[in-house]
Amino acid sequence: MHSDYVIEIKQLQKIFVLKEHGKRRQVEAVRGVDLVVRRGQIFGFLGPNGAGKSTTQKMLSTLMRPSGGEVKVLGYDLVKQPDKIRQQVGFVSQAGGANLAFSGTENLVLQAQLFGIDATAAKRSATEFSQRFQMTSYIDRPASTYSGGQKRRLDIALGMIHHPQLLLLDEPTTGLDPQSRAYLWVEIQKLKDEGVTILLTTQYMDEADKLCDTIAIIDHGKIIAQGTPDELKSSVGGDTIVFSFTSSEIASQAEGLLNEHVKLERLNVTDSSVYLTLKDGERALPDLLRLLDGSEMPVQSVTLARPTLDDVFLKYTGRSLREDDGEKQ
Amino acid sequence: MKLLHDIQLMFTANMRHILKSPVFIFINMFQPLMYLILYMPLLGGLGSVPGFTDGNTANVFIPGLLVMQAIFGCAFVGFPLIDEIRSGVIQRYLVTPVSRSAIILGKVLRDVVVLLAQCILITLVAIPFGLSLNAAGFVLSLGLYVLIGAIMSCISYSFALIYKVEDSLAPTMNTITLPVSLLSGIFLPLALAPLWLQYLAKINPFSYGVNATRDLFVGNFQSISIPQGFLIISIIAVIVFYWCLHALKKMAT
Repeated sequence: MHSDYVIEIKQLQKIFVLKEHGKRRQVEAVRGVDLVVRRGQIFGFLGPNGAGKSTTQKMLSTLMRPSGGEVKVLGYDLVKQPDKIRQQVGFVSQAGGANLAFSGTENLVLQAQLFGIDATAAKRSATEFSQRFQMTSYIDRPASTYSGGQKRRLDIALGMIHHPQLLLLDEPTTGLDPQSRAYLWVEIQKLKDEGVTILLTTQYMDEADKLCDTIAIIDHGKIIAQGTPDELKSSVGGDTIVFSFTSSEIASQAEGLLNEHVKLERLNVTDSSVYLTLKDGERALPDLLRLLDGSEMPVQSVTLARPTLDDVFLKYTGRSLREDDGEKQ
Repeated sequence: MKLLHDIQLMFTANMRHILKSPVFIFINMFQPLMYLILYMPLLGGLGSVPGFTDGNTANVFIPGLLVMQAIFGCAFVGFPLIDEIRSGVIQRYLVTPVSRSAIILGKVLRDVVVLLAQCILITLVAIPFGLSLNAAGFVLSLGLYVLIGAIMSCISYSFALIYKVEDSLAPTMNTITLPVSLLSGIFLPLALAPLWLQYLAKINPFSYGVNATRDLFVGNFQSISIPQGFLIISIIAVIVFYWCLHALKKMAT
């Protein structure tokens, strides 16, 4: 094993057998994922619900057994040495996992003890994390009284209590208010500065863009693109222009017209909008507007944007990330 | 050693959880106390009926009532477990190296400690109603209640881990508890039953438990039903524990 690699995954697979109306159906949630995560990185899985992000993370946390492939976490074999991995890996699921009847301190002390830390040291750790995540004012109240942001801090402290080398965060900021999100981003960045390797999943482009050193875009159980945020954005190439029309018929007519007249890198239509990617969008825009106006295709609105990770997702999947929130495993 | 340490950790946490609202321990005893006060007096005239040795109905009824407490008191412990599954608490335990057996045994142990307290309280209340028990026999029979309670807890936890939703757990446990308790002669000795019912009861392991505790209560230690009851109930307890452990390990996958 390469000592620099915290996670090495080869051809990872997960197949679920679902029973629906008495019939068995196989669902391939993860199909042949290969990746490596280097020490000290923040590595992001970006993808819609049901893409296989959480499933991959659950396998890495030892909660789920892979159906196929080879996985090494911190040099240990995922299937043969799960206890070695558990000792060194922290996992914060979307559900969180704090026992709401207990106070933050009670939760933290128990969690530390489950890792074999003795009672005195566990209490010391609980105090340390309560100070670190600024939870001292409410840490001894029952967790049922916490706000969403307060509970999330406790969840992350629970995942960190045994000082793991690798931290798995499953959608750490989903459902949080903007202030709590910003606060968690700072904390996650601090963990990285302390040398903790972090693998997080997210549905938020801005989160992946801001936090991650490397991003893997995952869709239908496969990694479809991987790189630094900048690499991914420049792979999209030019700028994106979005024309909105009053109806989808006009939009598809406009698509045809634009296709004939301009040398485009990429063109997509969703509903009544046409997305096109081209170099030097600022200069091309006035000409395109004149062309559309002259052909009786009134443009309702237009936006010009530098490439974002949204565009990256659109480029590799042919659809926008926000469009298919429906399909959840 | 690690197993004992982990069991102690999980047991303490579970015990602390239930002691945050101890009133439920007493609410749980309401049903058997109602049977004791409002139903047992009906049996007064049955002293001469077969199955009631010495004409003492309390000595026959109370052991059955305690088995009922063990069955019904532990049958629904899976509900709070579903809540723990949903809120990620169980997952959070599973990502630590804590022994999987300890996660279950910590809960089962908590359930049987609560059950022990309930059984002792019910028995104390029953003494003014004419119960004259053999002290050593009573202590031994507590062991049987503990095992019967542990069986019901493990079954309830297993179904909770398999279903993960309350809607399916309630009817399942009701379907199990009713025939199992009726077919063990909890309220009336099975000696009264027609032959076909007696044969049916023979395939219900809990009926051996009830028979054993009735002999223990009156100090009839020579009875073969005592070792028979302990053996059968213990075997079932081990089987359902491993079933539950399997369900826990399979939960995430």
